[in-house]
Amino acid sequence: MADIIQVKNVSKSYWRDSIETSVLHDISLDIKEGEFMALMGPSGSGKTTLLNLISGIDKPTRGEIIINGTDISRLNESSLAKWRSNNIGFVFQFYNLIPVLTAFENVELPILLTKLSKAERKQHVETALNIVGLNDRMDHYPKQLSGGQEQRVAIARAIVTDPVILVADEPTGDLDRNSAGEILILMERLNQEFNKTILMVTHDPHAASKAHVIRHLEKGDLIQETV
Amino acid sequence: MKILKLIFKNSLRHKLRTALTIFGIAIAVIAFGLLRTVVTAWYSSVKAASANRLIVRQSVSFIFPLPYSYREKIAQVPGVKEVTFANWFGGTYIDKNNFFARLAVDADTYFEVYNEFVLPKDQLDTFKKERNSCVIGADIAKKYHLKLGDVITLDGDIYPGRWEFVVRGIYQPKFKSTDAMQMLFHWSYLDETMKQEMPGRAGDVGWFVVLINDPAQSASISNQIDGIFNNSTAETKTETEAAFQQGFIQSSSAIITSMNFISFVIIGIIMLVLGNTMIMSARERTREYAVLKTLGFSGKHLAGIILGESLLISFLGGGIGLLLTFPIVSGFSQFIPKGIFPVFEIEPITIIFSCGSAILIGIVAALFPIQRALTTRIVDGIRFSG
Ligand SMILES: Nc1ncnc2c1ncn2[C@@H]1O[C@H](COP(=O)(O)OP(=O)(O)OP(=O)(O)O)[C@@H](O)[C@H]1O
Ligand SMILES: [Mg+2]
Repeated sequence: MADIIQVKNVSKSYWRDSIETSVLHDISLDIKEGEFMALMGPSGSGKTTLLNLISGIDKPTRGEIIINGTDISRLNESSLAKWRSNNIGFVFQFYNLIPVLTAFENVELPILLTKLSKAERKQHVETALNIVGLNDRMDHYPKQLSGGQEQRVAIARAIVTDPVILVADEPTGDLDRNSAGEILILMERLNQEFNKTILMVTHDPHAASKAHVIRHLEKGDLIQETV
Repeated sequence: MKILKLIFKNSLRHKLRTALTIFGIAIAVIAFGLLRTVVTAWYSSVKAASANRLIVRQSVSFIFPLPYSYREKIAQVPGVKEVTFANWFGGTYIDKNNFFARLAVDADTYFEVYNEFVLPKDQLDTFKKERNSCVIGADIAKKYHLKLGDVITLDGDIYPGRWEFVVRGIYQPKFKSTDAMQMLFHWSYLDETMKQEMPGRAGDVGWFVVLINDPAQSASISNQIDGIFNNSTAETKTETEAAFQQGFIQSSSAIITSMNFISFVIIGIIMLVLGNTMIMSARERTREYAVLKTLGFSGKHLAGIILGESLLISFLGGGIGLLLTFPIVSGFSQFIPKGIFPVFEIEPITIIFSCGSAILIGIVAALFPIQRALTTRIVDGIRFSG
C-alpha cells in the first residue's frame, strides 16, 4: 500500500534566549496507509515532538511532511486547523476532555464545526460512542467516568470525524493494566475493522507489541527495528 | 448558536466566583446609577434656571439685604421688562426636619416673573387681596395634606415670632424641573410687621429678580444695574439666575465634581474585577483552549467563547444592578429633603451609560484572555499544567 505519511529530512529545534536546542535531527520516516506504528524511546528523546509535527500542531524547522499528498509544513495556521479537523484524530495521555461537557457533548465538539445537522451530529456521536462501547454513558460528565472510560470517550472524540489517521501520545500511560488492555484492543479494532492508520507513542513494550511496526527514537535520532 | 451552551456551561464552572463577580458588578452599577443621579439632579437644578431672569443681590453676599428703593432704579434700565423681589424667611414648620423654601415675595409681580409656577386666576386674585395669605407648591400640599383655607404656622428665626398664613393658592409646576416645594407669601405683610417691631429692618429686600426681554443682553444689563449702585452703601452683584443657582450651591460643587469622578472610577473597578475573573478562567483553561484548537477550532471561535462568557457575566451583573437601581434611587430620594433637588430621577442618559459600560466592561475584560488564548501555541498549551 501507498505511504500515507512521508516525513522527509525533518529537523526540529527550539530556541530559548537565542540558544538553539536541536530536538529532532534529520528524521525520515514513511508510514503506509492502514499501518499501526508504535514509537518508543526514552523520555526527552523527541517522541511527542515528532508526533506533533506529523499531526500538524507544530511545524518543523527543516524538512517536509507530506500527508495524503499534502505538504502540511507549507500550510498556514488556519488551513492547517481545517486540515487537522478533517484528517487527524487525537488521543492524549491525559484524555483532555472538557470537564463541563457530557461525554456526548465532548464527542460532538469536533463536528460542531461542520455543516452537519443536529440529527446527523447525534447519529455520528452515537456511532462513535457505540464503537468505544460507551453508549450508556452519554450523559455522564468526565468526573463521573473512570480513567479508562474517559480515554474511550477521548477516542470516540478522535474518530467522530472519521479521520484517516489517528495519533495517540501514550494513551495508556495514565491507566491501570486492565483499562490499558481495553484501550489497546480498541486501537487494534480501529486499525483492523476501520482501517485507521495509527501512530502511537508509548513507553510500554506490551502496548507496543500490538503494533505492526515499532520505531525507536534516541536523542532525536530514529533507529529502525521491525517486529 | 452551537457554542452558546459551552459559554453558558463555562460561566457556571465556578458558581461562587461567577456569582460574586456578578454581585460585584451589580453593586458597582447601583453605586454608579446613584452617583450619576445625584450629579444629573444637581445639574438639572441649574438648567431649570431661566435664561431671561437676572438676580440682583448684595455684592458681598446674598445674606445681606438691599434697600427696596432700588426697585425703581432697576426698572428704568433699558431692556428690563419687570422687577420683582423676595426675602428668605427661614423659620420652622412644625419641626426642623420639614425643609422647604419660604419666601416673602412681591405678590403683584412674582407670579408674572415666575410663570412656571402655574396658579389659577381666581386663586391669584384672592392671594393678592389678602395680606396674610400664602401660596404653596403642589408638592408641599401633597406632603403635608394641606388644602385651600388651611392655616400654616411658622416659627420665625430670621424674623422672630409666630407667623400664621392662610393657604389661598396652590401652584402647579409647569415643568418637571420646576420646584413645587416653595411657600410664597406677601413681602408687604412681613415689612409692615418689621416697621412696627424692628424699624431698622423695614424696607429690606433679599434680592431682586429682573425679567429681561432678551437673554443675549443679560451681560450688558447686569453691568448697567451694578453701575447704578456703584459706590453706594449697598453695592450689587447681578448675574443670571443660572449663575446665581450655581453660586448658591457652590459649596457642594466640589463634592459633585468628585462624585462625577468617582462614578467613572467605579466603572474602572468593575473592569478590573471582571478582568481578573476572566484572566483566572482563561489561565485555568489554557490546556482546554489548546485542545479545542487541536480539534480545529479557530481563533475566532475561541475569542467568541471567551467574549461570550465575559459579556454574559457583565450583562447579568449590569442588568441586575440596573433593575435594583430604580427602587434604590427612589428609596434614597425619600431621605433627601424635597426642595434640594427639583428632580431626583434616573435619567435616560444614566441608563445608557450603565448599559454602555456593561458592554464596554465585558469587552475590555475579555481582551487579555483572548490575546493569551490566541497567542499560546498548541504545543505549549497542551503541556501547560496550571
Ligand atoms: N515547547 C518546547 N520548548 C522547548 N523545549 C521543548 C519544547 N517541547 C519539547 N522540548 C524539548 O524537546 C525535547 C523532546 O521533548 P518531547 O516532549 O518530544 O520528548 P518525549 O520523547 O515525548 O518525552 P516523554 O517520554 O517524557 O514524553 C525535550 O528535551 C524537551 O525539553
Ligand atoms: Mg512525550
